[in-house]
Amino acid sequence: MRIRTAGVVAAFALALAASGCGGSDSSDEPAAQESTKASGGELVIWADDKRTAALQPFADKFGQENGVTVKVEAISKDLQTNFVTAAQQGNGPDVVVGAHDWIGNLVQNGAIEPVQLAADKKSAFSEISIKAVTFNGQVYGVPYAQENLALIRNTELAPEAPKTIEDLVATGKKLKAEKKVTETLCLQVGQNGDAYHIYPLYTSGGGYLFGTTANGDYDPKDLGVGKPESIEAFKKIGALGEKGEGVLKRSIADTNSIATFTSKKCAFLASGPWAITDVKKAGLKYDISPVPGFAGGKEAQPFVGVQAFYVAAKGKNKALAQEFVANYTSTPELAVALYNAEPRPPALTAALDQVKGSDPDLVKFQEAGKNGQVLPAIPAMAAIWDPFGKAEAAVIGGADPTTTVTAAGKTIAGSIK
Amino acid sequence: MTTSLSGPGSASQAPGREPTGSRPARKRRTARNDAPITLTGLAVKVILLGLTAGIAVWAAFPLVEGEKWAGLALLAATTAGLFYLYLTPRHIPAKYLVPGTLFLIAFQVLPVLYTASTAFTNFGDGHRGDKDDAIVAIQTASVKQVPGSAEYALSVATKGDPATGPLVFLVSDPATGTVSAGDAGGLTRLDAADVTVAPGGKVTAAEGYTILNFGQAGARSQEITDLVVPTDAGALRSSGLSRAYEGRAVRAYDQGCDCIRDSETGKTWTADEAVGSFVAADGERLAQGWKVNVGLSNFTRVITDGNISGPFFGTLIWNFAFAIGSTGGTFLLGMFIALALHSPRMRYTNLYRVLLILPYAMPSFAMLLVWRDMFNTDFGLVNNLFGLGVNWFGGEWTARFAVILVQLWLGYPYMFLVATGALQAIPRELTEATSVDGASPWQSFRAVTLPLLLVALSPLLIASFAYNFNNFNAIYLTTEGAPFPADNPTNGATDLLITYTYRLAFGGQGAEFGFAAAISLFIFTIVAVVSAVSFRRTRKQEEVYS
Repeated sequence: MRIRTAGVVAAFALALAASGCGGSDSSDEPAAQESTKASGGELVIWADDKRTAALQPFADKFGQENGVTVKVEAISKDLQTNFVTAAQQGNGPDVVVGAHDWIGNLVQNGAIEPVQLAADKKSAFSEISIKAVTFNGQVYGVPYAQENLALIRNTELAPEAPKTIEDLVATGKKLKAEKKVTETLCLQVGQNGDAYHIYPLYTSGGGYLFGTTANGDYDPKDLGVGKPESIEAFKKIGALGEKGEGVLKRSIADTNSIATFTSKKCAFLASGPWAITDVKKAGLKYDISPVPGFAGGKEAQPFVGVQAFYVAAKGKNKALAQEFVANYTSTPELAVALYNAEPRPPALTAALDQVKGSDPDLVKFQEAGKNGQVLPAIPAMAAIWDPFGKAEAAVIGGADPTTTVTAAGKTIAGSIK
Repeated sequence: MTTSLSGPGSASQAPGREPTGSRPARKRRTARNDAPITLTGLAVKVILLGLTAGIAVWAAFPLVEGEKWAGLALLAATTAGLFYLYLTPRHIPAKYLVPGTLFLIAFQVLPVLYTASTAFTNFGDGHRGDKDDAIVAIQTASVKQVPGSAEYALSVATKGDPATGPLVFLVSDPATGTVSAGDAGGLTRLDAADVTVAPGGKVTAAEGYTILNFGQAGARSQEITDLVVPTDAGALRSSGLSRAYEGRAVRAYDQGCDCIRDSETGKTWTADEAVGSFVAADGERLAQGWKVNVGLSNFTRVITDGNISGPFFGTLIWNFAFAIGSTGGTFLLGMFIALALHSPRMRYTNLYRVLLILPYAMPSFAMLLVWRDMFNTDFGLVNNLFGLGVNWFGGEWTARFAVILVQLWLGYPYMFLVATGALQAIPRELTEATSVDGASPWQSFRAVTLPLLLVALSPLLIASFAYNFNNFNAIYLTTEGAPFPADNPTNGATDLLITYTYRLAFGGQGAEFGFAAAISLFIFTIVAVVSAVSFRRTRKQEEVYS
């Protein structure tokens, strides 16, 4: 920044020099030195649009209390990629806000640094959120919100929460027969599948993504996709697909699943806290319960994801960034403000307790995620999404689960180095 | 920089050296009686050259800071060259050619060269920086709090000037309340009488020390992060500006063995320059690697990896079919409509033209998404309107048909526009003459109109072909390459080479820029060859018809 200022000053000086109106060659030297001193305690935070608005007042407050300038910049698209590229070029921010499954990638690119959280600070967060931001035994970010899938149902159509998928299918079929709905379940699949949304059913069928090492981290060498358990799980998923029960359909995708639910074309929606705003707007009577599993199957475990603050490794103001992230963002006030900007359950137990009373949905979402699995943050996870989703779409479309899942497992294993 | 001052002067000093005769006006440039023109010209020249110099200085600062001397030399040479060129009265043609050439080099040649050089490296996620970056990242990432050690409250202080004096950590142990001052030499206990401690444990004043506020400390962020106070069990490090902890870097780089050693487990990871990673004996790699030259392996991977080379050929054929289909289809449809509207018997042509231009006026980005939803099996307009139950993007041929149809809709208005323009340039006498000679309308179209149209439109058709050959949006925003065969999630029926490349390079294990660059070069070669061949043929055609 200061280099640019110096450059502009120098450019102007040179333009004057060139025109012969005065100014000597030495004129740019003191200018450069002065601007070096002027911009000292500046903290730059990158976040997405929604969070920027919530962060701004708190950033201002932090700035005023401590006599520093805090800039919150909104990066509306590809925040992670932009951050990695900018960090590598040396003009990235000091603090970045994002999902915890970025950690693996950010660490391998040397873009973020561990945060040393004091023991008492750590225990103020929900256990699963701290587990989420821990990678290779280090805490890499301070979590502020967590999210997971749950089953949102239209209570006018389906008053009872289904215990199993079979229950759900039975209710859905009845409603369909009565012409009250056109779809049984709004669970987004799309042409290319959606690993995140199918995951509870996959675990209920017995599948897993990665085994765990002795210290509880995910082990990229123990890949569950392609193993017999995963094939069994996909057989069950396939039975719900287009050639089977017709519950899971490729025509329901991220673009229309919530809209289909809010227009009462289906009684059940598998989605996260981000869907609630739309559901409320539609004026439906709804309730939230855990995503059910197969009868006699294992637990249906949704992924639990966490949003967190990270300290950029190549930030210009790391000490201040550490101060902001480790000692300031862990305050309940900030967590509540961010909750108000976007209703996702706060990761800070105290903040959750504070908003719980006014928002019963939060508790239900948290309940639904209680047995959830932390979304793996290891770099190998990047290799899962695409092939896993496509295998899902193919099986739901009627392809043979054994060959499809075996092939997907081979592709994933091939791209994990 | 002083050369700029002598600029106008030098022009007047050697008037005799100018090329004689043809440009007498230039000799008079500095003459008093021609002042208005000279002043404006001079001002423009001065401003532009001043800007050039300013940009050069602006660009020089980061180069100097990054110690990129080759870049700096290039910058200096270019700037000096520009100054020379526009201050000397000679080299008139060069004055016109150089700006364009410079922009061509900056925006065309350099990116292509950069892509080509990237194709020989493993540049990508996990291999972005150099080896030193990786070592720093590994060491910092391994700093752990010493088990059972205390959490200290920290104040950053100095004995001298807040902006420049040597930094000292004033830490107080919350358990015992003792206050110590720490610097690179270690910790020294401070007398409790000399310090004031706030309720949280933070030192607010200490005799002989100036305590830095956050603003002052923030300005010296780097020094604070770098300050490590050695202790018996490890070292005191800052965690922000108000807390300190006793930490230890578990992994350290050993220059002797060129390896990373873990002091807790004793495991070592040796640097492997061939892959740009630290690799342990059991094959485990540390996540943080660095960029190395990998030779031709990105290129050979395309051929040797069965997952890639297998579907590559099929994709290539479909890619040609897609590009020819969408270019040819839009051209035929556009030309047909243009011919229809060109007919003198046609009425309300302006209304039709406005209506026809509509699809072209819509942003294709949004339209592609709308079309994607229109092809939805259960909720899409296409199926609902015609009472069909076709899973458009689920079947190989229906998906291919659908994407070409969308392209046709998006592209024909453009072809209609250019064909209309070209038709108006063809004199009606020519077709009238053929009809006098007894030719049917079809014969006159084949023999006269079409060839003349093609002469005008061939370059556009070639450009359109090249564009559609790499039409990423058309596929990515509609089918994303679907449908995929059940046993191969990497290569779908509607994948173009470019979407396929994108998935290979960015879909799997994070971003692999090196590999993506290698495939880009393949695509570049294909498009370049096709275009070159087509342009040669066009030229021959022109010779025939003109």
